[in-house]
Amino acid sequence: MGSNVAASERAPSAGPSISGPGTGSGLGPKVRRNAKPLPWLEPGIFLGGLVPLVSLVLQASKDALGANPIAQAENELGLTALIFLIASLACTPAKRLLGWTWQMRVRREMGLFAFFYASLHFSTYLFLDQTLDLGAIAADIAQRPFITVGFAAFVLLAPVAFTSTNGWVKRLGFRRWQRMHQLVYVAGVLAVVHFIWRVKIDVSQPLTYAAILAALLAVRAAFWLRKH
Amino acid sequence: MRRLFADSPSSEITPELLYLNRREFIKNGAYAFGTAAAVGGGLLWLVGKGPPPDPPEEPPLVDASAIAATGPYDADEPLTSYKDVTTYNNYYEFGVDKDQPARSANTLQTRPWTVSVEGEVTKPQVIDIDTLLRWFPLEQRIYRMRCVEAWSMVIPWLGFPLADLVRRVEPTGKAKFVEFTTLLDSKQMPGQNVAILDWPYVEGLRLDEALHPLALLAVGVYGKTLPHQNGAPLRLVVPWKYGFKGIKSIVKIRFTETQPQNTWALAAPNEYGFYANVNPEVNHPRWSQATERRIGEFQKRGTLPFNGYAEEVAGLYAGMDLRKSF
Repeated sequence: MGSNVAASERAPSAGPSISGPGTGSGLGPKVRRNAKPLPWLEPGIFLGGLVPLVSLVLQASKDALGANPIAQAENELGLTALIFLIASLACTPAKRLLGWTWQMRVRREMGLFAFFYASLHFSTYLFLDQTLDLGAIAADIAQRPFITVGFAAFVLLAPVAFTSTNGWVKRLGFRRWQRMHQLVYVAGVLAVVHFIWRVKIDVSQPLTYAAILAALLAVRAAFWLRKH
Repeated sequence: MRRLFADSPSSEITPELLYLNRREFIKNGAYAFGTAAAVGGGLLWLVGKGPPPDPPEEPPLVDASAIAATGPYDADEPLTSYKDVTTYNNYYEFGVDKDQPARSANTLQTRPWTVSVEGEVTKPQVIDIDTLLRWFPLEQRIYRMRCVEAWSMVIPWLGFPLADLVRRVEPTGKAKFVEFTTLLDSKQMPGQNVAILDWPYVEGLRLDEALHPLALLAVGVYGKTLPHQNGAPLRLVVPWKYGFKGIKSIVKIRFTETQPQNTWALAAPNEYGFYANVNPEVNHPRWSQATERRIGEFQKRGTLPFNGYAEEVAGLYAGMDLRKSF
């Protein structure tokens, strides 16, 4: 068992390595030369991404969500979803502008977190806010633009989240997969509009998120124009 | 090194790789938890709210025995808790979040306080709040309060009928409306530094609405002095209208010939009107007004025309198109 691990750890790496070839130096084994870089990043973001949910559940159990806990939960879950969506959309511009690559490792994870929180946000609306009153839900989606666009954002995110695995990249072919995943931009814009339209009058917070999203899309557009 | 290892039985030697892996494992674990703390902390900072504020401790305003058990206008429904009534407030002068007024309204100075009565009255005057409190006997009114945001409460106010004050200052024959104005002082009301609304907050009633016995000027709640976040020292309560008509911390009452421009109707004329009568038939352009969540309850309930006060007030609007005059 141990020797298998050791063998794979010691296997020469095809990629570039800081420590150089691991033979003959006698200065001890070259450890984890071809192991995944930054192995702590994904679990770190996974644990951190669960914090808003854990905090919400703890606060709800202590009745510490204020006078209108359902509205509070809806707001927190929706905002967390939007933040993860914007974070996942920031990965590529960060690579283009700053040359960073580490964030590409967690782009999928953050996108899935966005969908996870969007699902909780939508479920809270369906089950707790509207207590599954189908008539009221249908009327909301059909007649209230802010709910229409929020619902549309969720519907667009669902297939993107579902096909996020490597298997689906192969199955669809990279080009088609990529084009399909560009729906995320549309979902991001709809989510921000949903936020702006929901607010009674003080749009400063949603406009802040809208400005960040607009800047990220502008970076992409600039690089796209330069390429074409 | 080699010799040291050779001296011990090989079974006792921690394989070097395992040792290094363990060190690496601990290091990676530390990085993972550091990342989790940074990401989780950042998210909580952006979306979380911290523990809700504590309800204020206000002195009793009247002797508990002086409060009649039930009055003719009292809603026969369970009261919303003092905590919820005093920690869930829309009072943008102290911040747009509902827990902000309870946290920050302590900057308001409610003494000395005067109310200026102006306009079409035969007895214009500036009234000290403590004088005003002696003019009329205080009574408790348990009213439903329906916010335009589709939540509601049941609140035991302490106050006196607005009509008593109106009659005392004697409106002239020209007076058709009453305009109320909130204090304008961004030092005491830091929310006024942000131009989300056209400060100071202004509200208005038709004179016959102001004379209706349900319209109340409140100075207390739950038998206690009105907390700052609820509109101390003097606020309007019009239970058949949406909550935003209940202007807080009033400094001016002006009688006019023409309809006053109320703040929300100025800010978003397609969403908020002058009348703002609770009406399940007329939706807000962005959300339904057919139902409401009573604070403290899980299931939504149907909203009643005129917030359940139709019998008393519907006559005021006979012949009016309430879809147009929303």
